[in-house]
Amino acid sequence: MSANVAAAPRAATGPAPRSAAGWLKAAGTEAKLLLVGIPVLLWTVIPIYHLVLFAISPKQDALSGALFPEHPTLRNFETVFGQRHYFLSHFWQQLWNSTLIAFATGVLTLLVATSAAFAISRLRVRGGRTVMNMALFTYFIPAAFLAVPMYKTMGNYGLLNSKWALILAMVTIASPYAIWVLKQASDKLPVELDEAAVMDGASPPQLFRYVYLPLMTPSLVAIGVYALLLAWNEYLFAFLLLSRDTDVTLPVALGSFLAADDSPWELLMTTGLIYALPPAAIYYVFRRYMVGGLTAGAVKS
Amino acid sequence: MSGTHAVTAADAAPAAASQPFRLSAWQAWGAILIAPYLLVFLFFVIYPVGYGLWLARSPASYAHLAADPIFSRAVVNTLVFLIVGINIKMAIALGLSGFFTHERRWIRWLSVLFILPWAVPSIPTILSVRFMLNPEWGVVNQTIFRLTGEDGPNWLNDPTLALSLAIAVHIWKSLPFWTLILLAGRLAIASDLYEAASVDGATRWQKFLHVTWPSMRTLYVTCTILSMIWTLGDFNSVYLLTGGGPADLTHVLATLGIRYLRLDQIDHSMAAVVCAMPFILPLVYVLMRRLSK
Repeated sequence: MSANVAAAPRAATGPAPRSAAGWLKAAGTEAKLLLVGIPVLLWTVIPIYHLVLFAISPKQDALSGALFPEHPTLRNFETVFGQRHYFLSHFWQQLWNSTLIAFATGVLTLLVATSAAFAISRLRVRGGRTVMNMALFTYFIPAAFLAVPMYKTMGNYGLLNSKWALILAMVTIASPYAIWVLKQASDKLPVELDEAAVMDGASPPQLFRYVYLPLMTPSLVAIGVYALLLAWNEYLFAFLLLSRDTDVTLPVALGSFLAADDSPWELLMTTGLIYALPPAAIYYVFRRYMVGGLTAGAVKS
Repeated sequence: MSGTHAVTAADAAPAAASQPFRLSAWQAWGAILIAPYLLVFLFFVIYPVGYGLWLARSPASYAHLAADPIFSRAVVNTLVFLIVGINIKMAIALGLSGFFTHERRWIRWLSVLFILPWAVPSIPTILSVRFMLNPEWGVVNQTIFRLTGEDGPNWLNDPTLALSLAIAVHIWKSLPFWTLILLAGRLAIASDLYEAASVDGATRWQKFLHVTWPSMRTLYVTCTILSMIWTLGDFNSVYLLTGGGPADLTHVLATLGIRYLRLDQIDHSMAAVVCAMPFILPLVYVLMRRLSK
């Protein structure tokens, strides 16, 4: 045991030994790490670098296969923001559609999932366990396989080409995971809190409003962001359920660039970059929540 | 988990017995609060699934699928995607999770960048890769031409290459997520196990074999199963990179349903989805058993 304690600081400080042989060994370790790190860096960054490179290059530069921006320009952004290309004539409308659908999905998912998690975990509603298992089962079935039946169903309900079709589909896809995570989080709240509130004569709605919601805020933020990003990033359902140029979301508009042979790829990449920035920013702001939540959710081993 | 359940149930029981009115009021509120999800589930899960099964009821649809070479090709592609793609991805993720345990400032910065593929939406980045691989204008072949004076391959026009690249795109997108999960698993291993192994003169490989792997095995297998299930539904990597081409040779089950839908063969589309279930359901069953343990 004492040997372990003695070994601990040496292991923790890593490349600090003074002797020449030790220094050589440390340099060797660094070199090996770099040998992994540099390929990882290139692999990760190249597709994104290429996206940015296109967005800030004039068309002829982009198509010449240049590796670095020789004439960086913001002209592409001007074209996109000014909607000065027939592929982009509804850019602002589509950006608004994406935003509206993402926020509506986030809010509705929170409403549906929070109340369900509260009912299952705190009120111990009868059959709650069954509902939880059903939800979990739906979560594991990949959404892509629900796409075609969902498309037909929305047709039957008369919702095709309405934003509601996509919002409701995204709430359906986001809720199971949301309920699961929220139920796990709320199981950790001490039951004494509920008992104390009940002693004071609190009804379930009061318990929900004054005890449950304040304590659950961090999980609610994580789940709201999760649902919002899920809806913002969705391509398949958006492209099936919406079709008019003024109704579709940005990713569908991006996908439709592929239909033409003479697509303005530099504008496609510019629009793609604009579309990719908000979720990336949100992701980095909420990274701690997201990683924690995802880890807790995906890995309960 | 099950421990806390038992305790709370026992605590609640006497209170409930003395207050039958409160109990029923709670159950009523519970029913009201769970109702929205049940409605969503009924209208947007049960109904579509039932309706889809009804659309796919005709045995003729399955006979048609069985005779369609594109379908059998899609099944083979799906299996390659799952068995080769996922195992490569998870092995790399396991290795990289070890790399990211090293405490260096530059590795911490790299780990922040490394999450980017997971954080940005897949459509722009897949389209970016697609253009990089364009045989005439793409940066890959232009660079090959500049360096060797030869024309590069027509990447997406060769079914094997195109499918491999779709797998690569999938790995690019989801590798960060699995690396993070496995990294969390590695960091949860008590460090004195490694110290004891060091004292015993264990090599790095022996440490991995006798300390890391035994602690990580369950997590690794769970992650692999979960990744396989999710990959079965990966529509974007194939559809946006290859569009199922060339000549419909790179479809997977997730894109095949959409192909039939676009050809207005809704019954074949649903039948293709039904055919994916024998892949998914056993995996989901195993996974749910593992998670409920």
